[in-house]
Amino acid sequence: MLSKRIIACLDVRDGRVVKGINFEGLREAGDPALLARRYNVEGIDEIVILDVTATLEARQARAQTIAAVAHEIFLPLCVGGGIRTEGDAAAAVEAGADKVSLNTAALLDPSLITTLARRYGSQAVVVAIDARWQDGRAAVYVRSGQAETPRDAVNWAREATERGAGEILLTSIDRDGTKSGFDCALTAAVSDAVNIPVIASGGAGTFEHFAEVFTTGHADAALAASIFHFNEHSVEALKGFLHERNIPVRLPGHGTVPGAPDAPVHPQHG
Amino acid sequence: MIALVDYGAGNLTSVRKALDALGASFWTPTSPDEVARAAGIIVPGVGHFSATSALDAPWRTAILEAVNRSMPLLGICVGLQWLFEGSTEAPEVPGLGLMAGRCTLLSDGQAVDHELRSKDGGKQQAIGRRLKVPHVGWNSLAFPKPSRLFEGLVEGTQVYFTHSYAAPVVAATAAITVHGMPFSAAVEDGLVAGVQFHPEKSGDAGLRILRNWLTEA
Repeated sequence: MLSKRIIACLDVRDGRVVKGINFEGLREAGDPALLARRYNVEGIDEIVILDVTATLEARQARAQTIAAVAHEIFLPLCVGGGIRTEGDAAAAVEAGADKVSLNTAALLDPSLITTLARRYGSQAVVVAIDARWQDGRAAVYVRSGQAETPRDAVNWAREATERGAGEILLTSIDRDGTKSGFDCALTAAVSDAVNIPVIASGGAGTFEHFAEVFTTGHADAALAASIFHFNEHSVEALKGFLHERNIPVRLPGHGTVPGAPDAPVHPQHG
Repeated sequence: MIALVDYGAGNLTSVRKALDALGASFWTPTSPDEVARAAGIIVPGVGHFSATSALDAPWRTAILEAVNRSMPLLGICVGLQWLFEGSTEAPEVPGLGLMAGRCTLLSDGQAVDHELRSKDGGKQQAIGRRLKVPHVGWNSLAFPKPSRLFEGLVEGTQVYFTHSYAAPVVAATAAITVHGMPFSAAVEDGLVAGVQFHPEKSGDAGLRILRNWLTEA
C-alpha cells in the first residue's frame, strides 16, 4: 500500500533555515544541510526547500543550498520559492532538485506548468497553492499570502492538473505557523477534486493533526517545518504514532534485514 | 566502469550522486560503440516513454550485443519499461523487447470520472476517493522469487516511486508492488534487471539495491 508521506520543509533565506508564523516574523532555525541530515536519519520521506525571499540575484546562492542538501540525502528533493522561469527551474534541477514547486509564476503564466512538464515530466512539477477561506470559497493568494487573486483553489488545482502538474502543495494561510491543525476541509476539497497527490501544509502542531489530515483531510502527504526544526517532535515518533493508528507510513530502518552481516550503506560525507 | 546512458530523459544528477557514494566509477558514453567496453550498463530515465526513441537502432544493437555477451544491464524507471516490448504511453516507440508484454497506464479498473476532467470544473460535488496517478511516494515490495537485486532486503521494504505507466507482472518479475493493480516493481532475468522505483531516491534500502546490482557489474 502506498504510504502517506511526511515531508519536512526548509524555509530558507540567505542560506539559513527560518520559519515564520503566518508568513511573518521569521525565526532562525539553522543550517539546511544539517537539518536535512538529521531528518534523513529520523526517516523523513522527502524534503522541500522553499527559498522564501528568493530573487533572481539569489539564484546562485539557492543552487548552493540545494547542492548542500542534496549531498546529504538520497531522498526526493523539491525546491520552490522564486521559480519564475524555465531557467530558474533548470538551475534548481541542475543543482540537484528532483522537483520544482511553482506558485506565483504558475498563476501569472499557467503555460509554464506545461513547459516544465514537457521538459522534465509531470513528476517534477509541483504546483503550490496558498489559500484561505473567504466568503465560503477557498481563495487563492499570492506573494506569501499577502495578495488575494480571483482564483478558487479547487478550480485552480484542477486546471494545474490538466496543464501537467504532478502534485499539488496546498498551504492554508490561516493555519500556517499556528500549530492549530491542518485545514482538513480545504485539503479534502482539493484532494477529492484532482487525481494527483495533494500535500497538505500549514498548521501542524501535534501528531493527532497529521492523523486527521490523512483521514478526514484525504491528504496524500503532509508537510511541516517548525515542529520538526526545533526538536519539538521527531519524525520517527510521529511515524510510530501514525502506524499505531493504522495509517500506512514508511517506518525508518525497516528496509534491510536487522543484524545482517552486510549492513545498509551510508553515503560518505566530506 | 559503468556506462550510464544519457538519452536526455530527465536529470542524472541523483543517479551519479548515488554511484559516487557507492564508490562506483562510471561514464556517460557519447556513442553506441563505447558501450562494448563497459562493465555494466545503466539505462535511467524519468518522464515520457517517447524519450527512449533517442535510443535508436545503433544504441539498441550495441546494448543488445553487450547483453548477449553477458554484460549486466539495469533499467531504472522508464529504463525498466524500455526492457519490455513497448508502452501504451507511446505506442509507436518500440521497447528493447527483452521482457514480454507492454506497459500500461496504472488503473484500478474504475471508470474515469469525466466530470473531474472538465476544464471549468463547474461542479464540485463530493466524488469520493479515486486512484491517484502518477503513483508518487513510498510503496512496499513483495518478492515472488529470490533475486540478487534484493539480497539482504526484507519483504515489505519500501522504496520511492514516481510514475504513471507500469510493466506487467511476468516470469522475470523480482518484486511486485500494487497501486490500483499489481505491476513489476523490478525484473531480473539473468543479468538483465530493471527497477520501476528510484533506488537513488530510496534512502539506505535503495543504495543497498544499487550496490547489489553493482556487485554483478
